[in-house]
Parts: sequence; structure tokens; C-alpha cells
Amino acid sequence: MSTNSSAGVHTHRDDEAQKMGMWFFLFTELLLFGGLFLVYSIYRFKNPEAFAHGAKELNVVLGTINTIVLLTSSLTVALSITAIQKGQKKLALGLVLFTILCALLFLVNKYFEWGHKFEIGIYPGSELLRAIPPGEALFFVLYYFMTGLHAIHVIVGAIILAFMARYIHTGFINSDYFVLLENGALYWHLVDLIWIFLFPLLYLIH
Amino acid sequence: MSETVQHLNFFQDTGGKKGIWAWITSTDHKRIGLLYFYSLTAFFLIGVLLGILMRLELMNPGKDIVEPQTYNSLFTLHGVIMIFLFVIPGIPAVFGNIALPLLLGARDVAFPKLNLLSWYLYILGALMALSTLLFGNAPDTGWTFYAPYSVRTGTNVTIAVLAAFILGFSSILTGLNFIVTIHRMRAPGMTWFRMPLFAWALYATAWIQLLATPVVGITLLMIAVERMLGIGLFDPSLGGDPILYQHLFWIYSHPAVYIMILPGMGVISEVIPVFARRRIFGYKAIAYSSLAIAFIGYFVWGHHMFTSGMSGPARVIFSLLTFLVAVPSAIKVFNWVATLYGGSIDLKPPLLYALGFIFLFLIGGLTGLVNGALAADVHIHDTYFVVGHFHYVMFGGTGFAFFAALHYWFPKIYGKMYDIKQATRAFWVLFVGFNILYFPMLVVGMMGMPRRYYDYLPQFHIPNLISTIGSWIVVTGLIYMIMVLIQGYRKGAPAGRNPWGGLTLDWQTDSPPITENFVEIPQVTEGPYEYK
Amino acid sequence: MEGHKPHIVDYATQVKVWVALVVLTLVTVATAEVDFAMLTVAVALTIASVKSVLVLLYFMHLKFESRILNIFVIVVMLVFLAMIVFTFFDYIFRLSHGS
Repeated sequence: MSTNSSAGVHTHRDDEAQKMGMWFFLFTELLLFGGLFLVYSIYRFKNPEAFAHGAKELNVVLGTINTIVLLTSSLTVALSITAIQKGQKKLALGLVLFTILCALLFLVNKYFEWGHKFEIGIYPGSELLRAIPPGEALFFVLYYFMTGLHAIHVIVGAIILAFMARYIHTGFINSDYFVLLENGALYWHLVDLIWIFLFPLLYLIH
Repeated sequence: MSETVQHLNFFQDTGGKKGIWAWITSTDHKRIGLLYFYSLTAFFLIGVLLGILMRLELMNPGKDIVEPQTYNSLFTLHGVIMIFLFVIPGIPAVFGNIALPLLLGARDVAFPKLNLLSWYLYILGALMALSTLLFGNAPDTGWTFYAPYSVRTGTNVTIAVLAAFILGFSSILTGLNFIVTIHRMRAPGMTWFRMPLFAWALYATAWIQLLATPVVGITLLMIAVERMLGIGLFDPSLGGDPILYQHLFWIYSHPAVYIMILPGMGVISEVIPVFARRRIFGYKAIAYSSLAIAFIGYFVWGHHMFTSGMSGPARVIFSLLTFLVAVPSAIKVFNWVATLYGGSIDLKPPLLYALGFIFLFLIGGLTGLVNGALAADVHIHDTYFVVGHFHYVMFGGTGFAFFAALHYWFPKIYGKMYDIKQATRAFWVLFVGFNILYFPMLVVGMMGMPRRYYDYLPQFHIPNLISTIGSWIVVTGLIYMIMVLIQGYRKGAPAGRNPWGGLTLDWQTDSPPITENFVEIPQVTEGPYEYK
Repeated sequence: MEGHKPHIVDYATQVKVWVALVVLTLVTVATAEVDFAMLTVAVALTIASVKSVLVLLYFMHLKFESRILNIFVIVVMLVFLAMIVFTFFDYIFRLSHGS
């Protein structure tokens, strides 16, 4: 009646448990970034003008574009779940691939943003950062830390979505079994959620 | 009782794999629990050794056996090993893994492969942390890694904090696993309020593991990045605030002490009804108080920072909440004692350790309140009074609860019984030695001896000498206890399914259990402690 | 898991949510130009919160998930916010500058 093996016992499929597990993991990600948001909020409170001054270096247009890119990517991955539930495999696959494309676009933008700042000498450990007023240096440190950690999650998210695309293609994810896609999408939405807060807090300070 | 189908117990069932491979690639919660048990014990003994060395140095004023720099590394690694490798993972990783599915009437945890990953991360983090003892200069910051010193010191802080980050991940995944397991895998008929109290304790603990650990994760990452890149989040010259580091650190590390104690309290709640042969007094109160401790415990962290330069109003708020969080703990103690009163007491080793727990935790908890009072804390902060306090709660509390769990579930895991008389003697050696080791710390701390000091004034000599002698008695007790259990493992009499007469589901299956835990998943119709 | 048919969110709803999100983003950028003094952060965070609630409820499907999951999300948010608030108890009452 059971598989006798120290590899463990045969467990029934429980999609609800899988989804719950994913949500709990998202909670840990929220608290992980939360620590940075906490540091940000304290230091902004203590250095309001310095933060506003630092924010001027950031490109609002690029930031807005990136925000909309991520929001769109959230849409497309959410749509892909509807598509797979309706058995529209090709559409689901296309939507997931488009989502990955958005991720890459986001990263390209980020590359240009960071590249520009590196050129003018604003990067962690630079001479300039030691020369400008303390509060402003903090702003840039937080900028790099928060957008950097976020970018790592974008990359991880894109890789996860690539796996999801593969599973849709092979039929492993289908209209009967799609909790993996839901979980992958949840991770992606978290990436979007964090950016929804990062954007105004970093780019739109006045 | 007799089965037509032959089921192997989980030791015999190697799944076709050979030797050590059948262990370190197993996703069976019982094997994983034992993997944790053996590795954890090894790390614990290393931590004990460091403690012994510290006590040898402190035996007399002036230098005894090591240089000051070495001493600083000793207490740092003693703390890191004991806290991150023993007390925090301890009961959940060992007994949570082994017993939780059994208690719930489940065949395993929700995510068995994730469970194994948790152990791999534990080993990776542990080896990284221990490596700092062997390569380069071992960290000398104290286990708290306070900025700015942790950023500036030339010792192996980066590796140590990255190790702690990985260990945190292990803890998070275990917590995640247990929460889902408890939500989704209880046996039919087991409502939340028919669940054993150890499960409630693990549930509350798991939420702390889940929500608090990431905060210290990111904080330690900040330290590592600051060391590697020279950015200045806690560097005053760049506008940073070292006190902010303390906030972030204690936002995790205070809830962490509830990760340490709640499972221990859960064990006590299991042991007392069995050995008093009585339904536990106030089941719901104990269940709710576990949740209350977990919740309130998030908001008291500032009591580690009363003398740091924090604002006055903040100090008042944190002190008030600290007193508040003592209430649910006290409720548990009252309920345990009320269960014992009028019960049919069977003074077996698990109960002895449980009683030891209650006594030692009481002292630890009360001294905690002394620390929590603002005016008193000014006098005793960073003295040996604090060291005495936390050893009473962490070792006298969690440590003794761990030993209680060990003596309680030993026959279930191994199918054999140890020598009760010898185990009892070992307990007494340990208990007496414990108090000789740690009570003088409360005294000498009150007298003003600072902690984390290599040397001390002559008037502190006698209590230190007594304490060091106590440390030798404790080690004797530990060795004795371990030897009794090893002897039980090798030559113990068969224990049978239910040597203690417990009513929970773990005692309704074989000892050792079969791989799948139960031949048939049990149907639950009543609470876990319905002694008639 | 067995039994009930999982809820399908239709395409139109999700696109509508997306439109709302984009509009709110543009509003955020526009209002950033206006100086609300002390309230500037509050306005920005309020709009961000509305956006995240939309993402949580519709894209992340919370509106159609179990009650317990919704409760968990709310509790986690509250714990996180409380961490920030309690830390601020220290800083808003600090007397000397930069201490």
C-alpha cells in the first residue's frame, strides 16, 4: 500500500499546500526587503533634504518606463494563468515568454541607469560618495542596495518563468495541474510589488 | 496488532541505498530529524568545549590560559555556535521533525525535499561558522556583531555573518514546512483544539522563524556588504547610525529567543500530562499563550538597547511590553503546576527534566523582568547578571527541555529503553552543577562584574571560582547523560509501543515507527490528554 | 484540493486592473511635482498601497483565495508596519541631532 523507501512516503497531491507554501515564502521576501525599507525610512526621516537632492540624479522617465514594464509583465503572467486554465496552451506560453521579455527590458534599463551613474562617479565605495554630504551618500548606498537586491530577484524571477515556459511547452503544466505556474507568477508579482514601492520612494522625492 | 504485510521500521528501510547515502539523501522526516540530532550534538559539544575554556580563563583574575584576543574569539564563537547551531534549531529541527508528523497522524511533513534542503543549509552554515575557528582570525565581536566594530575588525566577520545568513534560511524553510504541515496534514478528526500542545508550540515558533529571520538576514548582509564594499549604512561619517544596526539586529534576535523557548515549553506541555496521568490544565490557555508570546515578542526588542542612546519614550514603551510578554509565560507555568497538583506523579527522567525546566526557567524568567525594568537595567546591563539570566532561560529552559524531549522520545525513536536509575542520577548531577555554574553569575553581575571581559577585579574571584567548578560538574553530568543514552541504544531492553502510557498518536504506533509512520492513518475523536 | 473547480479570472478584468495601475502610476509621477510638504510621502505611499492592493487582490488572486490566507497577508503587513513604527519611537523622540 505504500512505497517502502527512505526516500520518503508517497504523498497525495495538495495544490493548496503548495500555494500556501509559496505565499509563506513571499512573506519572508517581504520582510527581507522590509529591513531595507526600514533603514530607508529612518534615514530619510533624518536627512530629508539630502535624500531629495540625491533623488535628482535619478532618471524619472526611465523609472516610470520600468514601472510600467513591470506592471505589464504582471498582467501578462496573470493572463497566462487564465489561458492555461482555459486550455489555451499557445497563448499561455506566449504570455509567459512576453513576461520574460519584460524582465529583460527592465534589466537593460537598469544597466543603462547604473552605467550612467558609474560614469559620473556615483557607486558604492567611490571617492565621490565619500565627498558628498553624509545623508546624500546614504541615499545612494540605499539606492544601489535596494535596486540591486531587487534586480537579483528580477533575474531569479525570469529564470523561474523560463522553467514555467518549458513546463507549459512539455505539457507538465496544463489545465488540470497549474499550481506551479501560479506559484511562479506569485513570485513575479512580488518583484512587481517591491518595485511599486521602490519607484516613488527612490525616484520621486521632492 | 499482527500485520499480514511486513513493514520495515524506518531504520531498516534504506530504500535500496547503501550506508551513509541512505541517510544524507533521505527525505524521511525521522531520518532528517536524526541527522539534525547527531550533527547538532557534535556542534553543541564544541560549544561546550569553548565554554569550558572560557571558564578556565575566568577561574582566577589575570591571565590563566589564553590571551585577551583569543578570549574574545572564544566567547564570540561560543555564542554563535550555541545560539545558531544548538538552541535555535534544536527542538524544532530534531524533535519537531521526528515527532510532529507522528503527533498529527501524518506520514511526513508537507515538503519532505525542502526538509532535507533545510538540513543541507544547516550543515553548510555550520561548517562556515566553524571554519572561522580554524582559518584566519576568529571573530571577536560577540555573537551580536555590533557595528561599527564588526565592520572594522580584521577578523573573519564576513564569513561568520554569511554563515548566519545561510543558517537563517535553514530556519525559515523549517518554519515554512511546519506551518503548512500543521494546516494541511492533521489526521481526520483532529481539529485545531485536539492537536497536541507541542504542535501548537511549533506552530507559533514557525511564524517567528518565518517573519523575524529575514530581518536579521538582510541586516547581516548589510554588514557583509559594508565590509566588502566600504559603503556606510552604519558608519556615522556617512550619516549612518550604529544604533539602527542594533534595532535591526534585535528585531530578529529578540523574537529568536521565543523561537528558542516556545518549542521547549511545548515539550513540557507534552511530558507533564503523561507523567501526572492527568489532562492538562487549561489547554486553550496554553495554546493561546504560545501565540500571544510569539506576537507580543515581536515588539519588545528595545529592551536590549536601554543603555544604547535610544530615546526615553521608546525605552518606556519597550519596558512596558516586556512586562506584558511575561504574562503568557507565567500562565503556562501556573497551568503546568496545576496539572501536577492532584495528579499521579511518575518521576521518570522526562518528568525530572520537565520539573528542572520549570524551576530553572522560573529563575531565568524572573531575572528577565529585573533586566526589563529600566532603572535596574542601567545597573546590570552588560554585566554577568545578564549572562546568568540568559543561561538560565536558554540552557536551564530550552536545554533542559531538549533533554526532556530526548528522554521522552528516545524509546519511540530507537525502540529501546535506557537505564532509568542511571538517567536519574545523571539528571541530578547536571541540575546541581547547573546551579553552581550559573547562580554565582547572578551574584557577581549584581556586584558589578562586566560581561565579555577577559579579566576582573579581585573581589569577583570567589564566585568565578565556584562557577568554574560548576562548569566541570555540568560537563560531568552531560557526559554521564550521554553515556547512559548510548548504553540504552546499544543494550537497552525493547521499549514497546508505549512505555510511558501516553495518549497522543505517536505512542499508538510502533517503536521505532515504520517509514510511513502508521499502517492506517488514525481517526481522531478526542483531545490528546484525555486521561480517565 | 479535490472537488471544487478553481476560479478563473477573466481576461477583461485583469486588463482593467492593469489600466488602473498604469493610470495610478502616472498620477504618482504627476503629484510628485506638487509639493504637499509633510504629506508628500503619505500621498506617494497611499497611491503605492492602492496599487499593491490591486496587484494582491486580482493578479495574485487573493480576492478568490481562502480567508485564512487573506488574514495572514494582513497580519504580516501589520507586523512589518509595527516594526517600522516601533523603531520610529526611538528616532522621533531623540533629543540631540544626529544621535
